[in-house]
Amino acid sequence: MKLPYAVTLGPGTSTVDHTGAWRTERPVYQSLTAPCGHACPAGEDVRTWLYQAESGGDGYEAAWRSIMAVNPFPAITGRVCYHPCETACNRGQLDEAVGINSVERFLGDRALELGWTVSVTAPPTGQRVLVIGAGPAGLSAAYHLTLLGHEVVVRDSAPHAGGMMRYGIPRYRLPREVLDAEVDRLLALGVTLELDHPVSDVAAARAEGWDAVVLAVGAQLGRRTYLPAASAAKMVDAVSFLHGLEEGERPLLGRRVAVYGGGDTAIDAARTAKRLGASDAVIVYRRTRDRMPAHDDELTQAQEEGVEFHWLSTIDRVEADGLVVEQMELDAEGFPQPTGRTERLAADSLVLALGQDTDLSLLGGDSGVATTKGSIDTDRMLATSQPGVFAGGDVIDGERSVTAAIGHGRRLAEAIDDWLAGRVAAPLPDVALAPYEALTTWYYEDAPRSHRPRLELARRRTSFDEVLQGLDADTALFEARRCLSCGSCFGCDNCYALCPDNAVVKLGMPGEYAIDLDYCKGCGICVEECPAGAIAMFPEET
Amino acid sequence: MTTQLYQIGTYAAGNRLLDPDDRTEQSRDDRTNAITSGHRACRGCGEALAARVVLDSAMRAAGGRMVTVNATGCLEVFSTPYPESAWQVPWLHSLFGNAAAVASGVAASLRATGRDDIRVVCQAGDGGTVDIGMGCLSGMFERNDDVLFVCYDNQGYMNTGVQRSGATPPAASTATTRPVGTSVGNAFGTGKSLPLIAMAHEIPYVATATVADLHDLEAKVVKAMGMHGARYLHVLVPCPLGWGTASAETIRQARLATQCGLFPVFEAERGVVTATTAIRHRIPVEDYLRPQKRFAHLFRSDGRADVVAALQDRADRYIARFGLAEPTEPSEPIEEESS
Repeated sequence: MKLPYAVTLGPGTSTVDHTGAWRTERPVYQSLTAPCGHACPAGEDVRTWLYQAESGGDGYEAAWRSIMAVNPFPAITGRVCYHPCETACNRGQLDEAVGINSVERFLGDRALELGWTVSVTAPPTGQRVLVIGAGPAGLSAAYHLTLLGHEVVVRDSAPHAGGMMRYGIPRYRLPREVLDAEVDRLLALGVTLELDHPVSDVAAARAEGWDAVVLAVGAQLGRRTYLPAASAAKMVDAVSFLHGLEEGERPLLGRRVAVYGGGDTAIDAARTAKRLGASDAVIVYRRTRDRMPAHDDELTQAQEEGVEFHWLSTIDRVEADGLVVEQMELDAEGFPQPTGRTERLAADSLVLALGQDTDLSLLGGDSGVATTKGSIDTDRMLATSQPGVFAGGDVIDGERSVTAAIGHGRRLAEAIDDWLAGRVAAPLPDVALAPYEALTTWYYEDAPRSHRPRLELARRRTSFDEVLQGLDADTALFEARRCLSCGSCFGCDNCYALCPDNAVVKLGMPGEYAIDLDYCKGCGICVEECPAGAIAMFPEET
Repeated sequence: MTTQLYQIGTYAAGNRLLDPDDRTEQSRDDRTNAITSGHRACRGCGEALAARVVLDSAMRAAGGRMVTVNATGCLEVFSTPYPESAWQVPWLHSLFGNAAAVASGVAASLRATGRDDIRVVCQAGDGGTVDIGMGCLSGMFERNDDVLFVCYDNQGYMNTGVQRSGATPPAASTATTRPVGTSVGNAFGTGKSLPLIAMAHEIPYVATATVADLHDLEAKVVKAMGMHGARYLHVLVPCPLGWGTASAETIRQARLATQCGLFPVFEAERGVVTATTAIRHRIPVEDYLRPQKRFAHLFRSDGRADVVAALQDRADRYIARFGLAEPTEPSEPIEEESS
């Protein structure tokens, strides 16, 4: 090329300058664990299924399938789960947590409405597993074992499947048609259910030739306490009360019902008593409201329905026409201490909701299954001390909830699958949580949460109709789109659009980028302006 | 209730749920990329980014038929060290003070040769706009020449060593306004607002914007390119070097400038303000000033709370004057569900 007079260099492009050489730190795309999924006892990848649901349309089914990868009962957990995901949700620090539970229910209900189902694609392994107990843990284990190609038989002593989902949770929280539909969908995968079939001896059952046995009989025994009581006093434990109701009994509790205890079961019992016609339902609890193990939503709904509470009270004795209640006060450590002051509380009956124990009689004397304080001992693989016998749900120590039991079911299936194949279980991955501080919340639209409507109070006091209503499609979509996608790129293009050096490259698929290190000067704007905290700076080696 | 894009709405550059036409030009794979990689702007330069944003949108609006004229300044120096150029658009540089006159001439020659479908965009820093180039620019305005003039305002002469310009804010420390003796940094009561001066010319369009809001900045470029005659766009571009801020904080600083009220974002046509961008999360000026080393002397143990208060007063006056506290388009309240 002939250059003009006095010009010694031809025209060039700036791209010959590799300004990336200035860099002292480099941005790296990362995917952190979202607090919601980390908190889920069932192991749901909440952020992923919310992301799928955000598209609406076909996204709903994709989201539902993501849930179904770990949890066979989205419509059930969408109602009865105490949603630790929402407690952990980072959006709670911005305005109010995403209504994850209500979106899950919307997806679960939509699946039932449209008849979505899953199918077994794994080849049959020829191995047979006996699951004892058709509650959430047993059914979840059966579901995952079936999906893995194993043949599963579930035995239960009750005439219907569901365990505590049927015999513990009242209908106004979980309508039975929802429970039946989700259980039927699971059984349709080829799980054999043997009802009215109590297992009284694990060793004998094991000897029938099963390749593995799962103990998931739950905690069906209501805990009792000694109370001096007049012979006419009417006392019943909450577990038997709720169980009997489901079997068609109509217990005669009288007009004034007292419930002793502070857990969710106590509240279930009191709200149920109200619905059965009690004019007064009073919960007696020895500590204060903020120390009550019952969940706040349940407590609030009970108060709305007229359930009364006697905080800082213990029952001294039961007389024919009522209770003698002793007032307590909290000591410096926050433990309730007796004061000696008593009062009378009129009550026609007393329901004890003091906790539940497992009936371990099926272990017999020589099953070789070790227990501690009424719970079956298990290792990280949920294996008991007896090879080939695994246990999960309420029979082992730990959190007792439907969702936790569903998570146990999945872990049981994975552990049994590993054990049957002679594999070593995969190590637990290291978890790096996405903190709220990593987010650039400016970029999220102000979007106050939509709450599920509740049934009007008049009907709640007189019927077992479901209290919490579902979200309509628009509102569910709105809730899903409130997700901040903590720690995970959602393809907003901020990094690509805001790089002063044009050093972020789009790779094609939405949300896939790379840093062009030839030109990235390491300014960190992409990190600072990433809404989701999905990029981090790391020092360059010097 | 119609479900909208609640997750990020239109705050971020793009959004997979948004119609592609409603995403920013900068999120597009096929943006012109008017100033490409390898330029020698400091890391985290707000001006390099803003120039790409403005010219990419202008190129889209002009259908690719566009000439740019550049004044001397950071933008010219870091983009064209001889013999290289980072420009991917037709680009012309003459002197520090005459960019507006050169752009007027380019527009005139295109008109004279019957090619006035080719649009002219002129760009300069705040020095080349409010100080050195002001005479030529005022002439361009009063003749209503068909040029979009864009000022990238980083509030000082940065590449020559951070000297004060007519756009440097009060109390800022620069190489020529050190807070020594009784000085508090750049004096109060000096400097000028070029957007208001441009409005006084009653030209078709005047707007301010920042590099922190791509949707707003791009929309203003597109709007300006849809008009003819003299148009003026004033873009705040934080300068990590001159402001003494972390390179990663450039966008954030521009955002804070708007949210404290010190940089009002508005549009005006024929001398009348027609729209303002309301403050979304109002902050005290201190939140904006404190991260900047050029204001560090206000926050030392012997700091000047009175000066910070004077700057807050300035912000409050802007908020009142431009109505920054009230949104011009109130957003729809979200309906409550009822059972």
